[in-house]
Amino acid sequence: MRTVTAAAITDAVAELCIRANTQLPPDVAAALDRRRQEEPWPLARQTLDLLWDNVELAQSRCVPICQDTGMACIFVELGQEVHIEGNFEDAIHEGVRRGYGEGYLRKSIVGDPLRRVNTEDNTPAAITVRIVPGDGFKLTVAPKGFGSENMSRLGMLKPADGVEGVKKFVVETARLAGPNPCPPIILGIGVGGSFDKVAALAKHALLRPLDVPNPDPFYAALEAELLEEINALGIGPQGFGGQTTCLGLAIEAAPTHVAGLPVAVNVSCHVTRRASAEL
Amino acid sequence: MEYKLTTPVTPADLAPLRAGDTVLLSGTVYTARDAAHKRMMELLDAGKELPFPVEGSALYYVGPTPERPGQVIGSAGPTTSGRMDAYSPRLLDLGQAIMIGKGARNQAVKDAVVRNGAVYLAALGGAGALMAESVEELEVICWEDLGCEAVRRLEVKNFPLTVILDAHGGDLYQSGPAAYLESLK
Repeated sequence: MRTVTAAAITDAVAELCIRANTQLPPDVAAALDRRRQEEPWPLARQTLDLLWDNVELAQSRCVPICQDTGMACIFVELGQEVHIEGNFEDAIHEGVRRGYGEGYLRKSIVGDPLRRVNTEDNTPAAITVRIVPGDGFKLTVAPKGFGSENMSRLGMLKPADGVEGVKKFVVETARLAGPNPCPPIILGIGVGGSFDKVAALAKHALLRPLDVPNPDPFYAALEAELLEEINALGIGPQGFGGQTTCLGLAIEAAPTHVAGLPVAVNVSCHVTRRASAEL
Repeated sequence: MEYKLTTPVTPADLAPLRAGDTVLLSGTVYTARDAAHKRMMELLDAGKELPFPVEGSALYYVGPTPERPGQVIGSAGPTTSGRMDAYSPRLLDLGQAIMIGKGARNQAVKDAVVRNGAVYLAALGGAGALMAESVEELEVICWEDLGCEAVRRLEVKNFPLTVILDAHGGDLYQSGPAAYLESLK
């Protein structure tokens, strides 16, 4: 049994909130850089160059890459042999409160969806915990902006719709999103499970680095095919037209019911942020 | 084409602009998002004045991050403009000339742009650090209780923008992707 203290969790969450919002993950930065160099359409190339300048500026000045510093989505892989000293969830919320305060990040959370009063400290965080074997403790902070979140979709397809139905739904989601989610976009795609599970799969898929394909060759091929189809839409960076509409996408699949084929697409942007630490 | 404009502007200043052109905007720009727009409508409904001179004005849909000590403004990229569609035609009919944001607008806004000789310009979505570089002054002028959504007066210099909707019915979100796809044929 290993002990992790609430204070250590709070410190790590605060630091990760600031790091995630000011430094793009290496795989996302590499994809943006590569696509910008390959972009043939002049206005699109010029736009991608400016997005690249923005990433460099944010990192060098330690300022947020995007003003929508997001809802603090926090993923914990908790080893079953770890004992937590203190209140686990409170420790995470306190880390968000501190990180968003000390980092001069924007507070974008309202305490109630209909009465809409800002909580002023970006809490509560959206916490997802997975219990895993061993005594590890891995924290990932993935701040999520809502310009792209608002363009996400979920569909309960029929088994007869099959792989073609899933492809059509995903491409249609990118087309409907158009210029709104700040393309070039990144997609997290869930297939299978249940109504709630499929959305969680889509969100979780956004955590996978863009240079890591699905380990199942069937889904890896589907990822490559969908990426090509979306980039053939011509939406381009910021929706101004061009080759680069999507930087990458990841599919996560799960067992489902004989009667169903749930699919969910979590839309994210060229500022897809995540930062991790092991405690 | 690239145009340099200074606010306030007239329909004659905006008439040469076409979808896809670049605008380097200088002068005063006011910020307002969802909550501020709602309050502006309430003022107008009550027969009261808006908190800024609307004739020839530019409104930027932005909620910046808090500025650090010594900074003029935090990161300040655009928010999705479609959420302001319900309010924009009324402001354009009152003389607002420039809308700045990102993302698609509805037909009512497009019609109001043409009717009034106005324009809709895109700032770079997700490029908050870069957009902040052009802001030289910031003052919260009303509704401080709205936090990042309070109305701010910004003084900007060569703020880099792209024409999406022009006064002649042009729409870059339609014509840009179409022109790119045509080039592949």
